Amino acid sequence: MKVYIFKRLATIIPMSLLVVSVTWGLIRIAPGNFYLSEKKLPAAIEQNIKKKYGLESSLVEQYLMMLGNMTCRVSDSGDSEGAGLKIAIGSRTLRCFDFGYSLKYEGQSVNEILSRHLPYSAVIGVLAFLIALVGGVSLGAVAATRKDSRVDRYLMSLSMIGISVPTFVLAPVLVLVFSFGLYWLPPARWGGMEHLVLPVLSLSAVYLAYIARLTRTGLIEVLKSDYIRTARAKGLSEARVVVGHALKAGILPVVSFSGPAIAGLLAGSVVIERIFAIPGLGNIFVQSVLNRDEPLTLGIVAFVSIVILVCNLVVDIVYALIDPRIRFGER
Amino acid sequence: MSDVTTKTILEVSRLTVSFERATGSTTVVNDVSFEVLEGETLGIVGESGCGKTVTVLSILGLLPETGTIDSGKMIFEGRDLAKLSVEEIRKVRGSKIAMIFQDPLSALHPLLPISTQICEVTMLHRGFNRDEARLHAVRMLELVGIPDAEKRIDAYPHEFSGGMRQRIMIAIALSCEPTLLLADEPTTALDVTTQAQILNLIRTLNPKFKTSTVLVTHDLGIVAQMTDRVAVMYGGRILEIAKTSDLFRAPSNPYTKALLKSVPDPSVGRIEDLYQIPGTADFSVVTHGCAFALRCNRAEQSCREELPELEQVSEGHYSRCHFAKEEYLSNQSKH
Amino acid sequence: MSSKTYTNGTEALGPTPRYGIWSRFKRNRPAVFGSWILAIVIVLSAIGPAVFGWLTGISSDYIPSSVENGALVRSFPPSLAHPMGTDDLGRDLFLRVFEGGRISILVGIFASVISLLIGVAYGATAGFFGGRIDGVMMRIVDMLFAIPYLLIVVVMMSLFGGNNAPDAVKQVTETFVFLTNALMSLAGASPISTSSGLFQIFFLFVALGSVSWLTMARIVRGQVLSLKNEEFILAARSIGVSTFGIVFRHLIPNISGPVIVYATLTIPSVMLAEAFLSFLGLGVQAPYSSWGSLAADGIKNIAVYPWQLVFPGLVMGMTLVALNLIGDGLRDAFDPKSSKS
Repeated sequence: MKVYIFKRLATIIPMSLLVVSVTWGLIRIAPGNFYLSEKKLPAAIEQNIKKKYGLESSLVEQYLMMLGNMTCRVSDSGDSEGAGLKIAIGSRTLRCFDFGYSLKYEGQSVNEILSRHLPYSAVIGVLAFLIALVGGVSLGAVAATRKDSRVDRYLMSLSMIGISVPTFVLAPVLVLVFSFGLYWLPPARWGGMEHLVLPVLSLSAVYLAYIARLTRTGLIEVLKSDYIRTARAKGLSEARVVVGHALKAGILPVVSFSGPAIAGLLAGSVVIERIFAIPGLGNIFVQSVLNRDEPLTLGIVAFVSIVILVCNLVVDIVYALIDPRIRFGER
Repeated sequence: MSDVTTKTILEVSRLTVSFERATGSTTVVNDVSFEVLEGETLGIVGESGCGKTVTVLSILGLLPETGTIDSGKMIFEGRDLAKLSVEEIRKVRGSKIAMIFQDPLSALHPLLPISTQICEVTMLHRGFNRDEARLHAVRMLELVGIPDAEKRIDAYPHEFSGGMRQRIMIAIALSCEPTLLLADEPTTALDVTTQAQILNLIRTLNPKFKTSTVLVTHDLGIVAQMTDRVAVMYGGRILEIAKTSDLFRAPSNPYTKALLKSVPDPSVGRIEDLYQIPGTADFSVVTHGCAFALRCNRAEQSCREELPELEQVSEGHYSRCHFAKEEYLSNQSKH
Repeated sequence: MSSKTYTNGTEALGPTPRYGIWSRFKRNRPAVFGSWILAIVIVLSAIGPAVFGWLTGISSDYIPSSVENGALVRSFPPSLAHPMGTDDLGRDLFLRVFEGGRISILVGIFASVISLLIGVAYGATAGFFGGRIDGVMMRIVDMLFAIPYLLIVVVMMSLFGGNNAPDAVKQVTETFVFLTNALMSLAGASPISTSSGLFQIFFLFVALGSVSWLTMARIVRGQVLSLKNEEFILAARSIGVSTFGIVFRHLIPNISGPVIVYATLTIPSVMLAEAFLSFLGLGVQAPYSSWGSLAADGIKNIAVYPWQLVFPGLVMGMTLVALNLIGDGLRDAFDPKSSKS
């Protein structure tokens, strides 16, 4: 198993570089100069930019330069201009993860911007995922054990709505009801705990609904199996049969779904951040693309794809922990 | 075989079970009665679909959602199991009456280690704490012949072979020293050599724990080896019930005779055709008369119209056939 | 990925009979309900605006000017004259919702079709050839799966939107416009013009279609692999049916089950993606509108004129629910062993 984990970890950097390369390629292919927005830059700065990004050299050389910046490149020890990590090895200095400086937000390095806006997205994303997971599994289990009852049908209709109503419709409606209607919760922005409720709920809704359905279906299948009959034949209480025996097996499809769910949560946070005016990474990303702010865009893409890949790996590990039959490469 | 007393452990009377299907309700077990004596092994033998498994599942109330016990009593330790509440039945399951199933791979939980699967029974019914349960579990595993039990107890079912898994099931079942063991075709999924080992195991362990057994099977060979008494089922009814030796010596029912004839006899040497009971067992056809009448070579009009009752042909030997007595006597004359 | 084979015991006879499936579907009440809702939405989107316009004389881009007391009709709540109210500029919302519906539905369908074509071709090829080719092709799919595609689509749409669309897309769009105008002039309707908005929409088909084919490819490959070894294929081969015949008369009808189910379920997810993009301003753009862009407009006034968001949202939600119900119903109809009681 450890070998497998190691192999997967090793592929993460190349994979995210792949994604970054594709993005870079798209940006360069697109019509229009990548560093041009509405402002007309003074000649000196334009020269600087051209030099920095090696725009005078060939496309291939520019690509390699970009790759080098992203990972690690050897730099002159006097180079204090670059952003990113500086590592001294012997007489040489290595500069890694240099995503450069944002074109739009002058003077700020991409890494700074990333670390400033990440916490907002992270908090909302993690909370939303946890709520979707716990809520979804609980509701799904309730529905499965009370199959075909009113509770079950009610929950399943609710979940159908949850899956189908887009986040950008649900969120404003919730705001309408709870903020403008009942005055219970604030409608936007960042603040104390109460500011988190609506964004997190709106973001998690669709995943909660999906997980509830997955759990219900999985659990119903499992409850029909022979080993559950054996568990009952041992005289175990129904609670123990469902939670201790059935749920463990029924939860596997949910674990598999967690990978795509996390990716989806990241995308959904873009909408949520816009609606609730939260200065998170999603908002910044869309802005950077519209502004043709290449360094920032690439930096965010690299970061996000690494996060997704790591999460996928964790999901696979958790799956193997639960299901001993698929532990990799044992014996 | 084992020390059989005359005390009745379980008395099943007139058990009727039906299943809801899309096409309507079908009676799968029809007016079945038998008793299990202390210390004995009772066999229930019949073809697939005759209702033997359902009978045994009903005893512990383990029928699937579509099944219901329509009528009948199952008296165990002075109480009617059919009338017990779910709570009360749970106290019986695993502790007083235990069950082992046909396919040990699907009957064991694939994601839980063996230790959990054994210990939870003793922790529940005998109040052991974790350490006591584990100690006891290791001893049980050694008893059923799992080598290296101390280490292997934390392994998962898929890491064991088929025979080992069935031994584990037996260990689980006998953990609380039940009064009655229900074994539903425990060796069908195993190869012949392993079969013999498992049967042997059951045969030696049961007297040790003073457990009586109901052994469901379709294999007459197993019946001959293992059982003290045997009931033959067909179409949801018992057609014949007797002491095993009596049944083999003097079968008093055309179906039993046909079954015995279909078992290939190696001593006869090569024959052209193996004997087959003509027709197929189609239990969806409802008849008023004897269910076997459609395929019976002795059947007459009365067989199709009137259901024969179980009549006694000799001491402890009953048969459900209009010609039961004649069948019995015709066998007598052969010996 | 499940590779269940949708046969019903008559494998030796070949293709799966259709009759059982339809009657099972009809018995599924939610699915039938969904079908009706979908039908209503489609009809309303197709002819609703025209009928409404004919009844009241208002068209969707009619902006009442202040000369005609236009200020009085801006952001009107629902009323008899304007069943869904009006937007900021006084445009009738009912018309906008259903004209937007046309675009949303068309994007959903066309992008799904593109994704279907790519996915089926890819998956069938991988499954059919098997062995190393299959291995390589599926590794590629696994890698692609890990890419956060929404990110890429966002980048694509913002870089290549509108007039920046690649030439191939522009040419297809222009051909389409040409043909449509030819038809329109026959019917006496006014011609449409190519515009950056139109290019945007066509590119949207491409962008969305090109990221949603992965799961379809996996499903098709799984089906083809398991069917390849089914007995009726061997039987057909043994009596000399050509490879071509096998593909068309045996493989395709039998994989069409899960393909249809999954295609039906792709449409709502593509529509959601389009709405998401349009909401961000990266999807459908002026002069066209879709439910997503209407929601973006409506959200600005949510506190004061909530209907501007609620109506597009409601109609979109209903359509998606309908599509999901139909998809579920189809899935159960094709495979009765699934978990519905």
